[in-house]
Amino acid sequence: MTGTLTSAAAPLAGSFGNLAGAGLAETTAATGAVHGNAWLMVAFPLLGAAVLLLGGRRTSGWGHYLAVAMSLASFVWGVLSFFQLLGFAPEERSRDLHIFSWIPVGSLRIDFGLLLDPLSLTFVLLITGVGSLIHIYSIGYMAHDPERRRFFAYLNLFVAAMLLLVLANNYALLYVGWEGVGLASYLLIGFWQYKNSAAVAAKKAFIVNRVGDFGLSVGIMIMFATFGTVAFTPIFEHAAEGAQGWVTTIALLLLLGACGKSAQLPLQSWLLDAMEGPTPVSALIHAATMVTAGVYLITRSGPIFDVAPEAQLVVTIVGAATLLFGAIIGCAKDDIKKALAGSTMSQIGYMHLAAGLGPIGYAAAIAHLLTHGFFKAGLFLGAGSVMHGMNDQVDMRKYGALRKAMPITFATFGLGYLAIIGFPGLAGWFTKDAIIEAAFAKGGTTGLVLGGAALLGAGLTAFYMSRVMFMTFFGTKRWDDGAHPHESPASMTGPMVLLAIGSVFGGAFLVLGHRFADFLAPVVGEQEAHAFNPLAPASVATFVLMVLGVSIAWLRYGRERATVPRTAPKGSFVTVAARKDLYGDAINEGLLMRPGQWLARVSVFVDNRGIDGIVRSLAAAVGGSSGRLRRVQTGYVRSYALSMFFGAAIVVAALLVVRL
Amino acid sequence: MSLLASAVLAAPAPTPDIPAPTIEYGLLSPMLLVFGIAVVGVLVEAFVPRAHRAAVQMPITLLGLAGAFILTIVVATQDITPASGQGWGKLAAMGSIGIDRPTLFIQGTILILALVSTFMIAERRTDEGSFTAQAAATPGSAAEREGLLAGATHTEVYPLVMFAVGGMLLFPASGDLITMFVALEVLSLPLYLLCGLARRRRLLSQEAAVKYFLLGAFSSGFFLFGAALLYGYAGSVQLGAIARAVRLGPGGQYATEVYGASGQFAQVTVGSNALLMLGVALLAVGLLFKLGAVPFQSWKPDVYQGAPTPITALMASCTLVAAFGALFRVFYVAFDGLTWEWRPMMWLIAILTMVVGAVVAVTQTDVKRLLAYSSIAHAGFILTGMIAADAAGLSSALFYLAAYGFTTIGAFAIVTLVRDAGGEAGHLSRWAGLGKRSPVIAGAFAFFLLAFAGIPLTSGFIGKFAVFQAAIAGGATPLVVVGVLSSAVAAFFYVRIIVLMFFSDPAPDGPAVVVPSVFTSAAVALGVAATLVLGVLPQSVLDLADQAASSLFVR
Repeated sequence: MTGTLTSAAAPLAGSFGNLAGAGLAETTAATGAVHGNAWLMVAFPLLGAAVLLLGGRRTSGWGHYLAVAMSLASFVWGVLSFFQLLGFAPEERSRDLHIFSWIPVGSLRIDFGLLLDPLSLTFVLLITGVGSLIHIYSIGYMAHDPERRRFFAYLNLFVAAMLLLVLANNYALLYVGWEGVGLASYLLIGFWQYKNSAAVAAKKAFIVNRVGDFGLSVGIMIMFATFGTVAFTPIFEHAAEGAQGWVTTIALLLLLGACGKSAQLPLQSWLLDAMEGPTPVSALIHAATMVTAGVYLITRSGPIFDVAPEAQLVVTIVGAATLLFGAIIGCAKDDIKKALAGSTMSQIGYMHLAAGLGPIGYAAAIAHLLTHGFFKAGLFLGAGSVMHGMNDQVDMRKYGALRKAMPITFATFGLGYLAIIGFPGLAGWFTKDAIIEAAFAKGGTTGLVLGGAALLGAGLTAFYMSRVMFMTFFGTKRWDDGAHPHESPASMTGPMVLLAIGSVFGGAFLVLGHRFADFLAPVVGEQEAHAFNPLAPASVATFVLMVLGVSIAWLRYGRERATVPRTAPKGSFVTVAARKDLYGDAINEGLLMRPGQWLARVSVFVDNRGIDGIVRSLAAAVGGSSGRLRRVQTGYVRSYALSMFFGAAIVVAALLVVRL
Repeated sequence: MSLLASAVLAAPAPTPDIPAPTIEYGLLSPMLLVFGIAVVGVLVEAFVPRAHRAAVQMPITLLGLAGAFILTIVVATQDITPASGQGWGKLAAMGSIGIDRPTLFIQGTILILALVSTFMIAERRTDEGSFTAQAAATPGSAAEREGLLAGATHTEVYPLVMFAVGGMLLFPASGDLITMFVALEVLSLPLYLLCGLARRRRLLSQEAAVKYFLLGAFSSGFFLFGAALLYGYAGSVQLGAIARAVRLGPGGQYATEVYGASGQFAQVTVGSNALLMLGVALLAVGLLFKLGAVPFQSWKPDVYQGAPTPITALMASCTLVAAFGALFRVFYVAFDGLTWEWRPMMWLIAILTMVVGAVVAVTQTDVKRLLAYSSIAHAGFILTGMIAADAAGLSSALFYLAAYGFTTIGAFAIVTLVRDAGGEAGHLSRWAGLGKRSPVIAGAFAFFLLAFAGIPLTSGFIGKFAVFQAAIAGGATPLVVVGVLSSAVAAFFYVRIIVLMFFSDPAPDGPAVVVPSVFTSAAVALGVAATLVLGVLPQSVLDLADQAASSLFVR
């Protein structure tokens, strides 16, 4: 079926290619030992998870090494696949691997197939690379947890699901991975489920994500109804043909899914609570990889969004709003992980903003996603290292002057900090400036508003990240009694160092020479080459705002005379609101939870009184009539014969009535 | 003698030479084999010493049934084209017996189910079998005790069963109403006898036999009366001729060859519609009685409860199949042109049968009576398929009959195993906690009950689905709604037994499960296997039923 669609659409594909500005890669069958067995990348961690979960306590002694090995195996396979892909000409870098026919039902034919192209393999490298580092870090971090085996099993499950998500060649299979990462996220947020807060946070994350997942699944169904397939290639070829209203609907539903997974407004509320999970989880799932799945979904679905400009506008609005929303929350949080979580929301807002800008922004969004993966994972691991040394204290008001006690953590955290605030030359500077420039380049009022928001966000980022930095590593000691901060073991600092290196050089590597944009071009379309210009007005403005943000933070938290009280002061109404996540939970409760509870109570009442009543009286009626009918069975053969006689009369009458 | 001679002399004109009827022995071989074995069985009773009779009767009966089944398959694989040139089949024995694909499917089903039932009849380990030592002895008398002590058994059971099975094979194959009536009697009379042969609770058993006999005779009267009226209408008892008369309508004329006088034709004028309608109605009463449709069901609970359980199993499976087969043949062949007339009547009967069967079962306390009402309800479900009056309806009903037959034999086989001091533990309260004591037997029974209820992954689900689908396709959606609601009511009492067996504490003096010989075990195992296989992989049998039904009955 796909075959006929493709051949019928051949002329159209050509015109579509022009529409996007450049010839996209034609998808061809995957060949060779590496690409031909690409499914192994998913299978390795899945096997690890299965062994660890099914093997039980027997595997506790060595299970974490197996998990690390499986993650590394996927990484190695990903690197090999990457290089094999580089061996092809750019327009041939889209490789389809058919594994088996998965759902052959009527006209719905879904293959279990993988798509190997620059976009998916970029994600594979990020997921398995950062994932492996965090696996290694967790060996040290979770060393004293009795349930370490289960933790590693879930981590492996997450890696497998996330790889399936990015490697799938159709939306149905993507959805499997999408739900898989949701499950792993739920299991890991609630990993310490004996803590009520963790259990509640896990449920919250799951339920909020259901809303997004529901949107995605309905979007996939409408895709099938509109295009007759759910595979990427034919849908993207025919996207321009679909009815405008339906395509926009699909795009908006995809956005709803993306909002859920990526904690964008209005489905942002779960991410801050998700910090209840172990810190490596926050680093891997809730900073570097899973929460960026929404950006992947929008970028992957670029051909759909490109023909639905209204949906694109909504994406940019969501992104801009969230980046400010997260930044404001980040300014007020005293919990180091929650401050970082607000930052994550904000940074992913940048990515959505870029992805919503269309072909000009896709490469910028993914580039920022990659560098963010490095520095945010590094920051979280640094935070974990600090907590590790401070008896799991998360309140930054109880930190201070840790730079001497934890030099490696300080150095790596500091580099990640410089990267995220956009210090010139570091990773964030290259990729964030690209987004801000692209936003202004949209032109008109829209461009001005979006660019302004991004610019303002950059200033806020500098402020709240400096606040975190200064409160933790500078100033005076505000430690709890009995705190003996110490540097973490090598298994933890090693990954942090590697991530710090990525935070420093990743941006320059990707952006300079247009390297990454060219690499992605076969997937997202060519954009007009414009050299990176550090002296463009937007860049200069960004730099000024960054300096301003850092300075304010220095005055309030960093300099010798600044005092940071151990208990939080009352604060202005903005601070209070930001501490309460800008009332996101209150809005959800008022608008959704209370009406929902009321509805549930009404349903219970109707069920107990109405429906059960009907059922009970029906049962009583059947039982009663059974007892009455039973009495006809007297046991006397004469009455049986009489009943037969009357029965015969009824039969005769029934036949004669028809003839009348 | 002289009178006859003078008559011949007075009329020298052509003496009709009686031609020898042509008999297609090959086509009839399954029935001939069964009847032959039955006669041999009678001879065995006459000449073999008492001690050895069981050892002779049982194997020849089993071999006879198996052989007849193989012969049925052989006949089915032959290439037989009817006179009309369309379809498959032939009117054999001068038009008295129709051999066609649906009939062969029905006969094959009857033979296999009879074979499994015979396994239960052959069981000797549970209480020395289910049959009385001396039927003629008054219950409780000294003579009865003597017989028990002597270890006597009625090996006549085997030839009686064979005669009954032979009648069942002939019943749905009959090409005319007289043959059908004879078959009805041949199948019924041995069953009346067999019903009275229970080893325990003999009074109940004899009462059941008498009731069955009286009511059976009553219904035979209806059947015969109906046949007579139809002869009056059509001038023939041939099903095909009746169909032709229906097409011609009252006053229509057709020529029919005078029997025994080839080349001579008699002109027949079709009678009035009153004859036809009354004939259809009375014939229907006779047939519906045999399958226990409401309001002709009253015999079923009493007889099923009183009869020896292996005979109940035989009746619940084989007799039901045969009765439905005959009903199909009469209504699909003879009354083919009257579908619109008989359909409302059948609607009424089907609704009554499903509803009364399911509702009355709710308050039953005896397991055999409960299964009897369940059988009534199932007859109603099959009737909904029959009402579609097309190949799909026939096919679904055929599948349902085969599936239901295996399940019901298995269920009755388990009933014979759950025993206490008084014989089979019939009262349901005695079954409480059986699942804790004998999980395998209780599990198998629960599986059968789920199949009766029509739960997916059992044959009951596929069968119900098939008949309901055929009924909807035939425009009988309200009937299907009634059927589904009745199923819901029925599910209640099936599940109640499961709850009783698995979630109640066993009574301290509760019944024990007897370890059966290989015979009853085979009946249970075959029941479970067929119920499971037809529920999970039903396609081959569905295809077979489709293929059988697609050529319809030969005329």
